[in-house]
Amino acid sequence: MTTLANIVCIACISGGLFFFLAGTAGLLRFPDALSRLHALAKADNLGLGLVAIGLMFRANTLLVAMKLILIWLLVLVSGSLTAQLIAARVRRVRK
Amino acid sequence: MTEFFLAAAGLIVATVAAGLAMILRGPTDIERLMSLQVLGTGGIAALLLIAFATQVPGVDDVALGLALLAPFAAIAFANMLRAEDLVSDDRDTAS
Amino acid sequence: MSILPLLDIELAALVVMVAFGTIAARTLFAAVVSYVAYGLLLALVWVRLFAPDVALTEAAVGSGVTGVLLITAGKRLVPLRGGLPQAKVGRGLKLAAGLVAVLATAVLSVAIALLPDPAPSLAPQAAAAAAGPGAGLGNPITAVLISYRSFDTMLEKVVLILAVTGVWSIGRSADWGSRPATLGKDASAPPMALLARLLVPLGVVIGVHVFWVGADEPGGAFQSGALLAAMWMVMMMSGLSEPPRIGGRSVRLALIAGPAVFLTVGVAGAVVADGFFAFPRSFAKPLILFVEAVMVLSITVALPLLVAGPPSREAEP
Repeated sequence: MTTLANIVCIACISGGLFFFLAGTAGLLRFPDALSRLHALAKADNLGLGLVAIGLMFRANTLLVAMKLILIWLLVLVSGSLTAQLIAARVRRVRK
Repeated sequence: MTEFFLAAAGLIVATVAAGLAMILRGPTDIERLMSLQVLGTGGIAALLLIAFATQVPGVDDVALGLALLAPFAAIAFANMLRAEDLVSDDRDTAS
Repeated sequence: MSILPLLDIELAALVVMVAFGTIAARTLFAAVVSYVAYGLLLALVWVRLFAPDVALTEAAVGSGVTGVLLITAGKRLVPLRGGLPQAKVGRGLKLAAGLVAVLATAVLSVAIALLPDPAPSLAPQAAAAAAGPGAGLGNPITAVLISYRSFDTMLEKVVLILAVTGVWSIGRSADWGSRPATLGKDASAPPMALLARLLVPLGVVIGVHVFWVGADEPGGAFQSGALLAAMWMVMMMSGLSEPPRIGGRSVRLALIAGPAVFLTVGVAGAVVADGFFAFPRSFAKPLILFVEAVMVLSITVALPLLVAGPPSREAEP
């Protein structure tokens, strides 16, 4: 793999790690459930997404790259819908 | 590169595991569910990194399965949240 | 400086810490959530031990399905709490139990630390035996499960049936044959229904893929069955479908089909092939896949029934 691809890969994965850190920091430090949920979503979307994009530069076959995208999409969709479910419960309690 | 992937995997696992402190701390059950969610996403990212680093076949299928099981568990636990569980915390002893 | 040992130490430490957290949790919900987290970390450990098949099974069954089973059953017990007799456990008994646990851990640790290097294991014999009878399979684990240890695998499915029967027998006699209580709590919330509609078809495809690929690469019947079972449970929990009537013929047929077919093939092996539970060499692989497919069906039906619980409505005429 070319050096440029390696550099982009490292940058993407480091970015992903940063968002995981940010998401967890938000989970631990934010004041209430809804804002924690917001921080959580960043880890789901950008954290995993950047890691997946970074790894795609190292994928040997198309199938592997497609699996990476599939996993990311799955986590994206299920993460956001689960966040909706959780937020609805929080809202019901607040009523 | 392999070392970088493994280091990133280790850091991501450490990060999301720090979120597990919410299970003991978190004022309501919703925070516990959220810490599990972020552990799942971080686990998927770590699995993908380990898959690419160690080249063990089938690990990406484990990540794919995990991406399916995380929303399954989230729905199940979200369903089990009752309104009274979310108001305050730790009033009752372990069932 | 190599990262791998550091990663392994980190995982091991986390597993132990989360295990302590599970015991230290004060409420049912916290304990089960902690247990699921423990299972997930254990799956990572399995991956590091070069066992992705076990990792997938651990994630699916050990933490996923078991966690859902625990929380569902636990929540059902809460209304009964007042009526249950509470056992009185004295301090002496607790100390004795703790002492026994510490002793067992110490003995195990010493035994593992003193193992000769390389450690004695059955792996070479299993691999050799599987290569013969388990003809044509690229995944040695599937070969060992289906041909070297086929009797054990079949009996595991029988144990599943017994467990389901045990769960059913908890219900009232008047309810026998009817449906278990609905798993979806209230009318399906739109996000939940949407999630189910998106997740389940994809999950079914992935589950079948894991089964098919299990012949030659990590995967197999149990992992596939667990994933498909999880998908069916998603459908039930989101209100898209109801738990089936336990008296229904198709449900019962699906439950027993796995071990029944396996047993039939095994007995036929005594006549057609080398012996009891041996596969005829000429079409071993298709036969193995067929038996595995039926087992996937049984597992897919059994696990959700375990979670759904005993029948709880008046038996419909």
